[in-house]
Amino acid sequence: MKSLSDKLLGGKQGAVGLAILALLLFVVFPLWLDLFRLGLLGKYVTYAFVAVSLVLLWGNGGILSLGQGMFFGLGGYCMAMFLKLEASDPVSTKIQTTPGIPDFMDWNQLTEIPWFWIPFKSLPLTLLLVLVVPTLLAFTIGYAMFKRRVGGVYFAIITQAIALILSILIVGQQGYTGGVNGITDLKTMMGWDIRTESAKYILYFANAGLLIGCMLLARYILTSKFGMLLLAMRDKEERVRFSGYDVSNFKIFIFCVAAMISAIGGAMFTLQIGFMSPSFVGIVPSIEMVIFAAVGGRMSLIGAVYGTLLVNFGKTVFSETFPELWLFLMGGLFIAVVMFFPDGLAGIYEKYAKKFDIAGVVSKYVSKVSKKASKMIGEII
Amino acid sequence: MSNTDFVLAIEDLTVSFDGFKAVDALTMYIDKNELRVVIGPNGAGKTTVLDLICGKTKSTSGTIKFKNKELTKLPEHEIVRAGVGRKFQTPSIYENLTVYQNLEVSYPVGRSVWGSLTFKRTTALQKQVYKIAAEVLLTEHLQMEAALLSHGQKQWLEIGMLLMQDPELLMLDEPVAGMSAKERDQTAELLNRICKNRSVLVIEHDMEFVKKIAHKVTVLHQGKILAEGSMEKVQADEKVIEVYLGH
Repeated sequence: MKSLSDKLLGGKQGAVGLAILALLLFVVFPLWLDLFRLGLLGKYVTYAFVAVSLVLLWGNGGILSLGQGMFFGLGGYCMAMFLKLEASDPVSTKIQTTPGIPDFMDWNQLTEIPWFWIPFKSLPLTLLLVLVVPTLLAFTIGYAMFKRRVGGVYFAIITQAIALILSILIVGQQGYTGGVNGITDLKTMMGWDIRTESAKYILYFANAGLLIGCMLLARYILTSKFGMLLLAMRDKEERVRFSGYDVSNFKIFIFCVAAMISAIGGAMFTLQIGFMSPSFVGIVPSIEMVIFAAVGGRMSLIGAVYGTLLVNFGKTVFSETFPELWLFLMGGLFIAVVMFFPDGLAGIYEKYAKKFDIAGVVSKYVSKVSKKASKMIGEII
Repeated sequence: MSNTDFVLAIEDLTVSFDGFKAVDALTMYIDKNELRVVIGPNGAGKTTVLDLICGKTKSTSGTIKFKNKELTKLPEHEIVRAGVGRKFQTPSIYENLTVYQNLEVSYPVGRSVWGSLTFKRTTALQKQVYKIAAEVLLTEHLQMEAALLSHGQKQWLEIGMLLMQDPELLMLDEPVAGMSAKERDQTAELLNRICKNRSVLVIEHDMEFVKKIAHKVTVLHQGKILAEGSMEKVQADEKVIEVYLGH
């Protein structure tokens, strides 16, 4: 029988993998990178939430969503609406026709805050809505699709279409959403300036901590019977149905969990980068995030995180030198991964590195060192 | 007729696909602990009957009563939960999971979303897995990935997965297709063992195999029953010889 800690960490191998990732995120990167680079990394880490959600949904559940960007975006927008309201106090907006409302509303001749913005005056309510709004949307889509047994390519296309519709809606309703510019000029959260250096560090660590938390949640789901059923459904959906399971409920649930994890990433994006725009909602970001997961390994939670970080690092480096070539390179990368390494980086690691048992060596080394240390301490005392 | 002692009572069952009646006013009863075999030429509607019982296909008219419970309006998973298990024609197992996991997933506890998230692996489950694995001759392969099993073993595994649910009615669609002679014999023994405390409905083409297992045989032809009774009686039936056994 597995204990709870085993379930969360995924056994020794998983625990070591997670520990190494945490070490990198919490110690190595903050010490090594300057604040600008660390900020970039923090942005990539927010995308990793989506990659993790895709490992659950696509890698294990076989449900390809090409619309995860909309959940990321909605989480981000919920957070941005709160911050925007706080930034639009009557004093700093006194030059507007109607002071005290967000600037873009004033430009669009709105004279009061629309009803759906009102809950975002409260931080606790906003934090709740960051989780609830995307999950509700996922539930609605999931219920409509999975109860009718829509799946596979059809589901992918429909999620893509919905992501497109949502981004068009946001662009079109400029007075309510900030339009194509998004929601910008975000300054403080409950009076705490999120643009200062210390705030950037705090947000980076909070972000990394949340990612690890989401990975633990995902791991718990995958190691439970639910996780096994996901694999079973991916393989032979009919067999699962005729074993007495209501398959659609399982799909709806995992789609909702994936949406919620993506939304947390979106909210953290807004907090760290200081804006949210429709360019994170539509088709392109949604597909990019699938590529991150595919490159890292769609079956591996840890692999997907590394995949996200590496592809984005590559994007930054290459798009600085060959901006026009980057998209082709990314497309080529995706094709190459799908054709030659269907399990991505994690698959390559499994295949080659496991032969040398890197994780085993590391954990042996760690236990050796800790034994030595405790012995030394014992001698000193 | 409303309530009966039969495990399964099918009455006037008809399904029509764009006017073509794949099953036509079929009436059939299956007793407790009976092993019934349905035979018939290709396109007779044998698999469709199983599809109708397990809810994969919705009937046009007629009733299917399982222990006097109407099945035709129930969703698939509820029919399974009522106690009807069905094996598909091609082995339908989870290739990526181990044999042990295949059996474990089929254990009828933790069938809801929440139940599966909080599901604990109990010793009762473990015992059941070992018991069933021994029954279907897969004890030595429990830790093997199911994809690596031979074709015959996959068929057994699927039967084992159904046995994990302990159904009162077990339906098997061509369980010995693609099996070696030895495997067929072993499967016949297996079926004779497992029908001790449940009813079994088997579709099969292999007459040698049918002889070994059938308590009673139903011959289907063009969606209708052509003959029903003991193997000897059916084999002697002139109509049956003409449409099916003759060639």
